[in-house]
Amino acid sequence: MEWEIVMGLEVHTELATKTKIFCGCSTEFGGEPNTHVCEICSGMPGTLPLLNKRVVEFAIRTGVATNCTITQNNKFDRKNYFYPDLPKAYQISQLYLPICRNGYIEVNTKDGEKKKIGIHEIHMEEDAGKLIHDEFEDCTLVDYNRCGVPLLEIVSEPDFRSAEEVIDYLSKLRAILQYTGVSDCKMQEGSLRADVNLSVRPKGQAEFGTRTEMKNLNSFHAIERAIAYEAQRQIELIEDGEKVVQETRRWDDNKGYSYAMRSKEDAQDYKYFPEPDLPPIEISDEQIEEIKSTMPELPEEKRERYLNELGLPEYDTGIITGDIALVKFFESTLEKCDSPKDVANWIMGEVMKLLNDSATLTENNPLKPEALAAVINMVKSNKINRGTGKKVLEKVFTDGVDPEKYVEENNLAQVTDLSALRPIIEQVIAENEKSVSEYKAGKTQAMGYIMGQAMRALKGKAPAQEVQKILKEILG
Amino acid sequence: MTIDRNLVEYLEKLGRIRLTEEEKVAAEKDLQDILTYIDTLNELDTDGIEPASHSFPVANVMRDDIVTNKADTENILKNAPDSKDGCFVVPKTVE
Repeated sequence: MEWEIVMGLEVHTELATKTKIFCGCSTEFGGEPNTHVCEICSGMPGTLPLLNKRVVEFAIRTGVATNCTITQNNKFDRKNYFYPDLPKAYQISQLYLPICRNGYIEVNTKDGEKKKIGIHEIHMEEDAGKLIHDEFEDCTLVDYNRCGVPLLEIVSEPDFRSAEEVIDYLSKLRAILQYTGVSDCKMQEGSLRADVNLSVRPKGQAEFGTRTEMKNLNSFHAIERAIAYEAQRQIELIEDGEKVVQETRRWDDNKGYSYAMRSKEDAQDYKYFPEPDLPPIEISDEQIEEIKSTMPELPEEKRERYLNELGLPEYDTGIITGDIALVKFFESTLEKCDSPKDVANWIMGEVMKLLNDSATLTENNPLKPEALAAVINMVKSNKINRGTGKKVLEKVFTDGVDPEKYVEENNLAQVTDLSALRPIIEQVIAENEKSVSEYKAGKTQAMGYIMGQAMRALKGKAPAQEVQKILKEILG
Repeated sequence: MTIDRNLVEYLEKLGRIRLTEEEKVAAEKDLQDILTYIDTLNELDTDGIEPASHSFPVANVMRDDIVTNKADTENILKNAPDSKDGCFVVPKTVE
């Protein structure tokens, strides 16, 4: 039987605000335990939450960028549960009136077609603290630094039919969140987390199968593997005449399998009710218009511009626009070197190679845009040749040297006085009689060898086309 | 809606509390009384009235995104019955 996979995503993203959603504690990642904690986010009795304005603004921006309708009369709701990661024993979230509804993101399907993935809703809520299991004593340690960090939960419709669509959606969503400055989306730091709801059904069947929810997916690679594993598990269960149980499963990426976390018996009863400690939020038409008019260029718009106005190839455009760090690097370099194709070429070639070889993330790229621009400009003006340019860039990358000074100090500039080339080239010809006679006898490949010798003698400092011209003149 | 023993025990479980037999009997009665009282509200005609979740007509009470709190781990942990390595200690919790 042919099976169809049906998936929906719940994405949580931590917002790039300076402070938590309901108090003035820092949201900085990785501090010592409980150093970004106050009486509000640790849930002391008698404290009251006070909403961070930026959170609402970021939520609206995200909604606008994902074609959602913005809910103008918002309120928060209280989701009750007992678990030590939330000291108040409830999470402030939005159930009844989420801030954004009915949006979509367009993705590419496996067959290269365009498809809209519906966004059911986006709501604001607070993140929970971190539990650390103590290895020596029979207890759990709690760090509330993350507790109260603002989150957006972005809930899709069950519109996905393949892992490719899921990955494309996540890449596009990540780019949108990064372009709009809403989140840095570092999956390794948990600022973008995706839960996958998955069910299978015989192809052609209208009703959905029973779904499971998978958590702890920390990379795109883990998501792909977890989807393949879970779809196969469900298909095998059904083919063996068993039933899929509705449950939450946790993916273990090291072991490559998932296991059930909570069984249906203790299905959660969150006893939601309107949050009495926070007054409603009313969003005016003006505020939405203001945000729309100050939206930065979105990934799709940038893509179009790079392709049509800058004339970049499709592949380069995809790579650069898919990564906000590369976008910033590319555009800052362009300010100092007005040749988009050259800049893209250098980034796609040399810069990526330097980053890959040193296992450096694009966001940690040590190269300054000015330095890359200087190298490209020197190559374009024939001050140095491309080969030298690459070496200089490598030196800039590893040692942070100033490219222009480095060229000066190491005497790498090309010979500009062309009359100085001829004697050196004549010398090379005299020293390579054998190749010269081969060339004269019609073996054209010998020219390459002579050329190489000449460039070597000139220490790569002469423009190759000039050297070739002189060689041909002498050899006839 | 009727409050029966099953519902009381379900709430007991959700609330992570333990009730004695007498308390269960009392809870059944009290909760039923509360529901009956609430039911009288259902007799009111509320057509065309916006649901309200707050008693005061205020909205948009918000603050700017500025860090105002400094690390105060020592004082925060004074509120914990037990702490270790800068963390709150709770009974072993495994998912």
